[in-house]
Amino acid sequence: MRRLINQKPDVLSRLLLAALPFFLVFVAYALASQARLAANPDDKLLPGWATFMEAINRVAFVPDLRAGDYLLLLDTTVSLERLAIGVGIATLIGFVVGVLQGLIPYIRATLTNFTSVVSMIPALAILPILFITFGLGETAKIVLIVVGIVPFIIRDLAQRVEELPHEQIIKAQTLGASTWQIATRVVVPQVLPRLIDSVRLSLGPAWLYLIAAEAIAAESGLGYRIFLMRRYLSMDVILPYVAWITLLAFLLDFLLRALRRIAFRWMYRGHM
Amino acid sequence: MTRVTVENVWKTYGRQTVLERISFETEAQSFISLVGPSGCGKSTFLRMLLGDEAPTKGRILVDGVQLQAEPSPDRGVVFQKYSVFPHLTALQNVMLGLELAQSPIVGHLFGKRRRAARDASRAMLKSVGLEAAENKYPAELSGGMQQRLAIAQALVKRPKLLLLDEPFGALDPGIRAEVHEILLTLWRETGMTIFMVTHDLSEAFKLGTRVIAFDRRKTRPEELEAYGATITFDLPVMRKIPPPDAPPPPAGAGEPEAAKPRIAIAG
Repeated sequence: MRRLINQKPDVLSRLLLAALPFFLVFVAYALASQARLAANPDDKLLPGWATFMEAINRVAFVPDLRAGDYLLLLDTTVSLERLAIGVGIATLIGFVVGVLQGLIPYIRATLTNFTSVVSMIPALAILPILFITFGLGETAKIVLIVVGIVPFIIRDLAQRVEELPHEQIIKAQTLGASTWQIATRVVVPQVLPRLIDSVRLSLGPAWLYLIAAEAIAAESGLGYRIFLMRRYLSMDVILPYVAWITLLAFLLDFLLRALRRIAFRWMYRGHM
Repeated sequence: MTRVTVENVWKTYGRQTVLERISFETEAQSFISLVGPSGCGKSTFLRMLLGDEAPTKGRILVDGVQLQAEPSPDRGVVFQKYSVFPHLTALQNVMLGLELAQSPIVGHLFGKRRRAARDASRAMLKSVGLEAAENKYPAELSGGMQQRLAIAQALVKRPKLLLLDEPFGALDPGIRAEVHEILLTLWRETGMTIFMVTHDLSEAFKLGTRVIAFDRRKTRPEELEAYGATITFDLPVMRKIPPPDAPPPPAGAGEPEAAKPRIAIAG
């Protein structure tokens, strides 16, 4: 009998094993839902598939009675716009400051400790401050996302810059590179793929801040809808929304990974 | 013709003396091998020549001018690892030095100047036998090819000094001999001065016109901190000195057929 650590599943087994936990969750839900509905046909906690379909149809394909909006589409565009603006600003700031902090000793000496301390502030704890300062509109939500993820991106990127072999920086200088040229032709091209990774890892927290901000003060958005529906115990809407958010997050991650693979082919060449 | 003068150079880190009383002067177009046991400070000395570190005492002059305290394009370098840029192809790696000099803001060349830089870089790649690999990234090249690329990348700037820090330490013996031949050919053609740090004594004597050994004279434990390494041997290797009147031909252009490396690309 070989050791457990040396027993590896073949391709088919891997696929089946990967599908297994998803399948089990579905089965467990179906059984529990069936049991509850058998006891009480009006139970709202674990709706059946038909109820889900009806709810999905209602929010996705039928105009809202009040304003005539397609709710799912409206919520999705509003939330994705907030997310994109927030993550975009954070990426830009994180990129510029991170590279400077990693490359320039004077800026490193000035900012490293400050960034570390700021990154320890729980962003949600300052949400009230943001609402007081920026009002209940879009600005506060976007600032929350930026404040929440920028310190991580800065620190991550600065560390990547510092990890570049010292030999490369020396070599660039012997080729006559100025600080600006070292930054633009040696450092930036090599840390851009890391920036994409950094943003990918930040997307989880970014969603968290987005939904938290929307839950507290918004008139539309995925997080707003979920918390609104909570009042009516509308699990038939909440659960599809959660699944939809998960799908969106997964797609964003997938797209960023694809971008990295296509845009930075040098990282993958020769590393078969 | 470059002459390097080292005047009573000391290097200390805190209370630890690494190097002491290093003085020597080189002839024009020397190939100097620096040897010595691990931790004797030979790499530290090379970094001082490079400008990455400054001597604690004493000074280093190149053609009578004191060295700048930071790396500059008159000094090329090849390290054992990480000498080439992984995100650039072989050709782009060699072109980089030319692009940086001519394009301070954008760092890229366009049109006619780009073609000129590309042609010069291709000639440089050819002189190290890498003309067929110009579109490959360093990760796709073997260790020997990477080091040849690093040499080409450094030499395209036509440095007065070429500094090599155990450049062939990670190569197989066969590949190493090939790169030795290429390096000697380029050295004879360009007339530059080469300093090479190596662990390998046979390599030091094979390539060098002069072998300088660093070691500690005082090795009792209580003396280790206060006394650094210094020059213990300084041996000329006569047969290697090139004809003094050989004019340096322009790099990469019109070299005699016999001087070209007859080396196939190592796989």
